[in-house]
Amino acid sequence: MHIDIDKDVCIGAGQCALSAPKVFTQDDDGFSALLPGREDGGGDPMAREAARACPVGAITVTDA
Amino acid sequence: MTETEPVAFPQDRTCPYHPPTAYDPLRADRPLTRITLYDGREAWLVTGHALARELLADQRLSADRKHPDFPAPTERFAAVNNRRVALLGVDDPHHRVQRRMMVPSFTLRRAVELRPQIQRIVDGLLDTMIEKGPPAELVSAFALPVPSMVICALLGVPYADHDFFEGQSHRLLRGPKVEDTQDARNQLDAYFEELIDRKLERTEPGDGVLDELVHHQLREGVLDRAEVIAFATILLIAGHETTANMLSLGTFTLLQHPEKLAELRADPELMPSAVEELMRMLSIADGLLRRATEDIETGGATIRAGDGVVFSTSVINRDEDVYPDADTLDWHRPARHHVAFGFGIHQCLGQNLARAELDIALRTLFDRLPDLRLAAPADEIPFKPGDTIQGMLELPVTW
Repeated sequence: MHIDIDKDVCIGAGQCALSAPKVFTQDDDGFSALLPGREDGGGDPMAREAARACPVGAITVTDA
Repeated sequence: MTETEPVAFPQDRTCPYHPPTAYDPLRADRPLTRITLYDGREAWLVTGHALARELLADQRLSADRKHPDFPAPTERFAAVNNRRVALLGVDDPHHRVQRRMMVPSFTLRRAVELRPQIQRIVDGLLDTMIEKGPPAELVSAFALPVPSMVICALLGVPYADHDFFEGQSHRLLRGPKVEDTQDARNQLDAYFEELIDRKLERTEPGDGVLDELVHHQLREGVLDRAEVIAFATILLIAGHETTANMLSLGTFTLLQHPEKLAELRADPELMPSAVEELMRMLSIADGLLRRATEDIETGGATIRAGDGVVFSTSVINRDEDVYPDADTLDWHRPARHHVAFGFGIHQCLGQNLARAELDIALRTLFDRLPDLRLAAPADEIPFKPGDTIQGMLELPVTW
């Protein structure tokens, strides 16, 4: 799994960190960020849920 | 097929936690339909969940309220449309600059950090209410002061002034006269002018969001006074009116569904999903507004440039394709993709704070008062008309 976050698009709603707290967090500026070691999603099915929850489509999850 | 007459929008709810029965025809299979606004103008109403997510994220729909073609649900809304509204009345790229200024204060982490403070506020208000009662009027004793005290602390607005700003906020949103709304806006502007002056005089700035705006962005010329006031107004009003209504209407709804309340009390772990399900069911901000800036072909129709587009969150959040048996409360359904907080770039800035407040307030209320019940017949308790944020006007309770 490969996760891409478009920080130019992110509005800091925090939906990713709420949906998949084992994969996503918010950095000090409030933007979506991947937790260290979870750059590949760690196999968490909630990573896709986080992408769907994002109100601005800033998160792309691809099989890679 | 003959086209049906456009339905008038907004209309009053018949039951405070269900969409107006007058919207029933809109809940058919079409995701997009025509409505008539108060001034006779026609607009589009989005009622399908998938289409709502698509269009709320579509930057061809503008949130700029100052545009003469921007749709208005009431005369009093139209009367203050020429005023500056930060964040939710602004399009990108300017919106992005404003949002980014605010985001660090409203992250999930910040909401978690605020939980002990929210708990203290909730405990203190319940101590007072229990000491004085029973009975109690839950809106004034609990539902309104909880979010009001929380947002005051977060923004750096003195809670001692709450009677003033709660009253003006009520007039701004509910009128009833156009003059009330205009005057409320003026009074709030004057109040924040003075508050900014007081903050500027302080050598040691406080730690509220407004202190930060005044001592940095305003002093450094990043924002002017009018912009700081626009931020303060929207954050203060959105920060207390919405959550107060969710708390009063959420409590009423739970008391009207004793079996669902019992289930929740038996398993407090269900509370976060119950908060989402209540958000979905109650959809208190019912009628998000936009204006098309270009022609948009979608939902089997063409939305023309200049057309008004309204999103009925109460109908969207009961789309049976997404929420089977949508009129029934179900703590076990995945309700999270509701649009009660909006969607797209304007999705609620304070949603994580709202979730924390609702979780703590509802949990603690029913923990402390397991016998809480209505102190008047349910159908005699007044609730808000359809042309404003939905919620209870009063909530007489006993225990």
